[in-house]
Amino acid sequence: MKILVPIKRVPDYQSKVKLTASGDSIDHSTTKWIINPFDEIALEEALRIKERGCANEVVAISIGPLEVEAQLRSALAMGADSAILAKVDQNEIDSAVAASILAEIWKRSEYSLAIIGKQAIDSDASQTPQLLAAKLGLPSAAYASKVTINQEKKQAEVTREIDGGLETVLVKLPAIISVDLRLNEPRYASLPNIMKAKKKPLEIIAAETLNINLKPLIKIHKLVAPEKRKTGKRVENAKELINYLKSEKIL
Amino acid sequence: MSSIIIFLEQNKTGQISKASRAAIKAAKEHADLHLGQTNTSLYGCVLGQNSKLAAEQSSLYGIKECFFSEDPIFNHFNPWLWSDMVFKIAAQLEALSVFAAATSIGKDFAPRTAEKLSAAQISDLLAILPNNKFKRPLFAGDLLAEVEALTEKKVCTVRATAFEPQAEIPKQTEFKAINIELSQDLKDLVANAGSFVSSDLSPAGRPQLNEASIVVSGGRALGSAENFEKYIYPLADSLGAAIGASRAAVDAGYAPNDWQVGQTGKTVAPTLYIAIGISGAIQHIAGMKDSKIIVAINKDPEAPIAEIADYFLVGDLFEIVPQLIEEIRTAKLP
Repeated sequence: MKILVPIKRVPDYQSKVKLTASGDSIDHSTTKWIINPFDEIALEEALRIKERGCANEVVAISIGPLEVEAQLRSALAMGADSAILAKVDQNEIDSAVAASILAEIWKRSEYSLAIIGKQAIDSDASQTPQLLAAKLGLPSAAYASKVTINQEKKQAEVTREIDGGLETVLVKLPAIISVDLRLNEPRYASLPNIMKAKKKPLEIIAAETLNINLKPLIKIHKLVAPEKRKTGKRVENAKELINYLKSEKIL
Repeated sequence: MSSIIIFLEQNKTGQISKASRAAIKAAKEHADLHLGQTNTSLYGCVLGQNSKLAAEQSSLYGIKECFFSEDPIFNHFNPWLWSDMVFKIAAQLEALSVFAAATSIGKDFAPRTAEKLSAAQISDLLAILPNNKFKRPLFAGDLLAEVEALTEKKVCTVRATAFEPQAEIPKQTEFKAINIELSQDLKDLVANAGSFVSSDLSPAGRPQLNEASIVVSGGRALGSAENFEKYIYPLADSLGAAIGASRAAVDAGYAPNDWQVGQTGKTVAPTLYIAIGISGAIQHIAGMKDSKIIVAINKDPEAPIAEIADYFLVGDLFEIVPQLIEEIRTAKLP
């Protein structure tokens, strides 16, 4: 069984995003890039499935300029067997374009499972896993907090984080699974594995050769920082706080 | 004549959820500002148990016709089936837009419907803007984007806290609730899409986190699940509040996953939000900064939450919370 793990590079969540002077895009001149944390969890899960003997190959794929090789090498260092870099020259692609590219890559091989972060922490759209499933006509399970593969029955049992609590479902493979925060704790790559990762296969495919529409469906016209809340009052004790809340007619 | 379809969610008694009423409100604004109010009709779709009652109720909110089905096939959510249903209705009505609340159901099925309709999807819609634009958050709400969907058809998932729930309006005489006829191919689809095994839902009793007018949230400073229960539960119950938690508190096992407020958890905007022992990481603030009044209790006077709190009480939560409960009891006495 072969697992595809799409990885998006995103700005480090600990750094502050900056806008360009025109205000329609983000100034990436000083951005520190990381693997989207949810995709890191997805990769960790794929590796654990392989280590349990339920898969024999984990392929990481990323979409972007040649520089995303850095994130793919990190994925290889964590334990992915090989990587694919779908090279796009345009700056911004949206979920629809990403899903179209992933669908074409999926069709090039015999994958049984794609495991993807439920959202990217920059665009926060939470669309790509579902779009990929729809494009391929496959079942999907979103927001996984536990994944068990049954190879004989060719199905996955997935516990999902939903609004009211947890829900467990069975999906037939091949399928697309999106992962939530508490599925696992991703490993750190060891130094020997970082060295080994440099020699693992990494295939570069120019997205324009995939024969798909690379035009985004969403155009960003303007980016603005939200209005800041005013800093409020310091109160001394519980009684004073309750009095304020009463005066606000909240209690 | 253009049509918008709004996917509606109902509670156990067949009431349309507050989040879905916010989606109706957003759809109406979209109709007014983008499509032309007078020649746009709103259609509803509601699936599963009690959906007939919910469909009938939708006329109160300006829905012209509402599709429903109580077929047992809809007892458990399935993204493939849901997206296919909404797509079929959208195709039949030649609808221009599909709206749904950005709940765990809406977020899951909407992109699949968008794909089938060749529509762009706006996730977590915050506002309808002139000139066919929409506002949505990026980077945990650190940036707001004004975006345009370049496709003729659009799918929007609506952040419920950004829109007032649609209020009741005078009933339309021509309203119809339409029972969906299920085709065999749809039933076959379900057999292939997977199956429900079990669920483990938080017990009902307290208000729902995303619908409550008061939310009491606890953070890592509580120190243990026992303390979370001992201090946060009674304070919440004294106010009739829902309970939330920071990611740190959930990760530490003090509170269940579905209580997490923040970028990757729930977005809430109650009248009163009380953050107890929560330092205020940007990812947490993303989920509650639109609350009307924010109260923070923290022993660290420099905690980042102080920057956004309307009332900030510096001190030991283990002393302050019991005093608060006492003060609330006294305040509520006639």
